[in-house]
Amino acid sequence: MTDITSLPPDTGPSFNLSGKDMAVAGQWRLFWLKFKKHRIALASLVIIVFMYLVAAFADFIAPFDPNATNARFTYAPPQALSLFHDGSFQPNVKQLKMTLNTESMRREFQPDPAKPVKVGFFVKAQQPYYLLGLVPMQTKLFGLTNPQVGDSLYIFGADRLGRDIFSRVVHGAKISLSIGLVGVFMSLILGVTIGGISGFFGGGADLAIQRFIELLRSIPTIPLWMGLAAAIPVGWPPLRTYFVITLIVSLIGWTSLAREVRGKFLSLRSEDFVIAARLDGMSEIGIIFSHLVPSFMSHIIATLTLAIPSMILAETALSFLGIGLQPPIISWGVLLQEAQNIRAVAQAPWLLFTPAAAIVISVLSLNFLGDGLRDAADPYESVS
Amino acid sequence: MSMNKDTILKVEDLKTYFPTRTGIFKAVDGVSFELKRGKTLCVVGESGSGKSVTARSILQIVDKPGRIESGSVLLTRADGSLTDLAKLDPRGKDIRSVRGKEIAMIFQEPMSSLSPVHRIGTQIGEALRIHFGTPKKEQRERVLELLRQVEIPRPETAIDRYTFEFSGGMRQRVMIAMALACNPQVLIADEPTTALDVTTQAEILDLIKKLQQSHGMAVLFITHDMGVVAEIADEVLVMYRGKVMERGPVEQIFHAPQDDYTRRLIGSVVKLEKKAEVRLTRTAIPAEAAPLLDVKNLSLTFPSGLKAVDDVSLTVRPGETLGIVGESGSGKTTMGRCLLRIYDPQAGAIDFRRPDGKTVDIRTADRAELKNIRREVRMIFQDPVGSLSPRKNVGQIIAEPLKLAGMRGRELDDRVAELMAQVDLEPAWRERYPHAFSGGQRQRIGIARAIAVKPRLIVADEATSALDVSLRSQMLDLMMKLQDELGLSYVFISHDMSVIRYMCDRVAVMYRGRIVETGDTDQVVNHPQHDYTRALLSAIPHPDPRDRRIHKRFRYDPARTVSANG
Repeated sequence: MTDITSLPPDTGPSFNLSGKDMAVAGQWRLFWLKFKKHRIALASLVIIVFMYLVAAFADFIAPFDPNATNARFTYAPPQALSLFHDGSFQPNVKQLKMTLNTESMRREFQPDPAKPVKVGFFVKAQQPYYLLGLVPMQTKLFGLTNPQVGDSLYIFGADRLGRDIFSRVVHGAKISLSIGLVGVFMSLILGVTIGGISGFFGGGADLAIQRFIELLRSIPTIPLWMGLAAAIPVGWPPLRTYFVITLIVSLIGWTSLAREVRGKFLSLRSEDFVIAARLDGMSEIGIIFSHLVPSFMSHIIATLTLAIPSMILAETALSFLGIGLQPPIISWGVLLQEAQNIRAVAQAPWLLFTPAAAIVISVLSLNFLGDGLRDAADPYESVS
Repeated sequence: MSMNKDTILKVEDLKTYFPTRTGIFKAVDGVSFELKRGKTLCVVGESGSGKSVTARSILQIVDKPGRIESGSVLLTRADGSLTDLAKLDPRGKDIRSVRGKEIAMIFQEPMSSLSPVHRIGTQIGEALRIHFGTPKKEQRERVLELLRQVEIPRPETAIDRYTFEFSGGMRQRVMIAMALACNPQVLIADEPTTALDVTTQAEILDLIKKLQQSHGMAVLFITHDMGVVAEIADEVLVMYRGKVMERGPVEQIFHAPQDDYTRRLIGSVVKLEKKAEVRLTRTAIPAEAAPLLDVKNLSLTFPSGLKAVDDVSLTVRPGETLGIVGESGSGKTTMGRCLLRIYDPQAGAIDFRRPDGKTVDIRTADRAELKNIRREVRMIFQDPVGSLSPRKNVGQIIAEPLKLAGMRGRELDDRVAELMAQVDLEPAWRERYPHAFSGGQRQRIGIARAIAVKPRLIVADEATSALDVSLRSQMLDLMMKLQDELGLSYVFISHDMSVIRYMCDRVAVMYRGRIVETGDTDQVVNHPQHDYTRALLSAIPHPDPRDRRIHKRFRYDPARTVSANG
C-alpha cells in the first residue's frame, strides 16, 4: 500500500509556467496574457484608444471651426509645418500666395518663405466652446498665435469652401467612430436577446428565428439601406437622422451576433459543468447568468469589436451615396462625398486621401484588434 | 559502428527538446534502445512521459517547436547500409523515402488519421504510388491483398468505401493495411488500441502479432497499459518524464523490476488485479436489506430510434457499490444519466428510498421533488476538464451546491475547507482555478463537489478512466474511504473490468442497452454465466507475461449478426 502512495507526487500540469500567479489567474487575466502576445493587436489597441480620444476631444484638437468658410483659400493645398525660423525654435507655416492661372482658370497657391505665420500650442480660440459639451473653454491644442488676414493653417489642405480638412476629419471622427459603437450596441441588444431565445428555447422559436435571419441576410444590403434611408423625412433634425441611420446599419449587424450567441448557448448547454450546475439545483436563469454568460462574454467582446468596422464602413457607404448623413453633419462618409467628382480629386487629392486614410486606419486597427481579442477569447483552449 | 545483424534500428542518447517561454522542456532526455527483427519493443509510461515524442523523433515528425537536440537514430536500410535519421533534413527527400517505406507508423485515433474524403483503396494505394510508382491496376490488386491480410471482411466492396462507414476497429485495420503497404522493416504503433474497446483491442493486438511474424517486422509499440505490454512485448522500455527508467526483457520488468519507479508502476497495476484491501474487512451487506435504489424495466429510446436503455432492472442496497460494465455504445452512461433524470426515460420506474423510508419514483418526480432527490443522489463525471467550469476557482466550484442549499458566510467557508481536506486537497488552494490542477486533483475537486451536500448515492461515470494507472487506485481508495465515512452507496460505471473488480460489490454487465448478467463481483468475474461476459473478460490483457491469454480468448457472436463494419 505504501509503495503506491509514494508514487511521484501528483503535480500540476507542465503549462503552469509562472507558478503561483497562474494558479490564481482568473479568466480575464488569462485573456490579457494571451492577448498581450498578439503584437499587432496590441498596437491596434493603442491606435484605437488614441482615435477615440481624438474624437472625444475634437473641439480642443481641431484648430478651427469645421464649418468656417474662407473664400480666399478655395482648394488650398496642405501647408508644411516647419519647426525653426531664423535659427531659433519657432513652429510656423509659410503664408500662401495665391495667383490666378488665367489659362486654366484655376487658383494656384505658392508658399512664401519670406512670410512665416507663427503656430503655437494652447492658443486662444476664435470662439468659446464647450469641451465634451460640458466644460466651457477657449483654448485650442494648437493654432495660429496671432491670426491676421491672409494667414492660414491648413495642415491637410482646404476644401471647395476653404474649410480646414484637418478640423473636419477630426470632427468627422466623432460621428463616424461613435456610429459604430451605437450601432454595435444596438446589435448587441438585439443579437444577444434574439440569439439567446433561439439557443435557449430551441425548437419552433429557434427554427423561426434562424429562417428569419437567413431571409434578412439574403436581402442585398445597399438597396435595403437605400429604401429605408429614403423613408427618412428630409425635414428631420440631423440628430434624429443620425439615430435612424445607426438603426438601419445595425439591422443587418445583429444577425451574425445572434448566430454566434445561439451557437455558444447550444454548445455550452451540453457541457458537463453546466449539467453539474443543473444537478446542484441551480435554476435555468441562474445557469445562464452564472455559467453561460461568463463563458461567452469574451467571445461577444471579440465579435463586437469585429462588428464595429463594418458599421463604420456601412455609414461611410451610405453617406457617400448621399442617402446617409447629409451636410452640415460632418462624418467621414460626408467628407468623401466632396471627393466624388474627378475634377475635385485631380485638383485637390487631399479631399479624398485624408478622410480615406482615417477610415482605412480605423477599420484596419479595429479588425486587427478584433482578431487579437478573438484569439484570446478562449484562454483555456491551449491550456486544457 | 558495428551492429548486430538482427538490429534494424538503433537509437542512441536521443534528446528532443521543446523550447518554452520559461526554459527548455526536455520531452526526451537521453533515450537509447534497439529494435530487432521480428521482436516487439514496448515503450510504456504515463501521460507526459515522452513516449510519443520518442516515436515521432525517429521519423522526425515532432510537433513544433520541438527539435532533436542530439543523439542518433541508426537505421539499417534494406540494402544493408546505415543511415542516421536524426541527421536528415526533416523536410528532405531522404527522410521521406524512409517514412512509410521502411518505417511505418500507426496512430491512436484512427478517425483523424484517415482522410474522410478519399476511398479506402485510394488512401492505401497512395503509399504504393509515392514509393514505387505502382500502376493503377496493380495498385488495386495489392490493396485488395493488404485488406485481406488485415482481415477486413469482403475486401472487394470495402476497397471502395469511405472511412466513416467503418467502425473504430475496422479503421485501425485500414491504418495497419496502409502501414504495411510498402513492406516496412519497422512498424511504430503509437497507442493504436487506446481508443478501442477491449474486445476490439484484442483483435488488433492479435493482428499486429500475426503480421509481425509473417513479415518479420520490428515493432515499436507505445502504450500506457501494462496489460497490453505483458501480452505482446519481448522487451520493455519504461519511461518517466523523458528519461528511461528501466529497459529489459518483459519477464524481468514484471517479475524482477530493478528500478523503483518500475516497481511502483507494476505495483499499482497488480494492485488493481484483485479486490481492494479495504473491502476485505467490511461486513457483508445483508441481501434482504431494503434497496436504496430499485430500477425496474427502465427504457429510453432516443429520437433517432436508438434504444439506448432497453428494459433495464437493477437494485442498489445501502452502503453497496454496484458496478455497471460495458463497452462503448452499451448504454451504460445513458443509463447512469437516467438515474438523475438528465435524460427522461420513457418507461419503467426508478424507485429511490428517502431517509424517512418512503420511496419516490425519480422517473416521474416533479421539479421540487427532483431538486431534493438530486441532493441525495449525486454524480461524478468522467472528464475532469469539462466538468469543472474553467472560469470559477475551486472554492466557488465546491461551494456552489452548498450555496444553493442555502449555506452562507463563515459556515460555508469552513465547510469548503473541510471538504477539501476530506478529498486530500490543500484548503489553501481554494483561490486557484482548475487549470492549475492535474487530472487527478481535478477529479478530487469533482468528488468534493459531489459529497458537499451529504448525498446517499453517487453515480460515478467512468470516474477514473481519464487518469493514469497509478492515480486510479488512489482515487478508488479515496472513494471507498468516503463510502465508509459517509455511508455512501455508489453506482460505478466503467468499461474497465479491473477497476470494477477492485471497487464493486456487485456488477451488472451491459450490452447494447440491455443488462445481460448481474451478480456478485467475484461470481461474475470468476464464473461468468453469459457468453458476452465471458468474451469481455477473456479479452482483457492480463498484466503477467507468464500467462498470456488474450490469443486464447473466447469470442462472442450474438444471434443478431454483426454487419461487416459493426
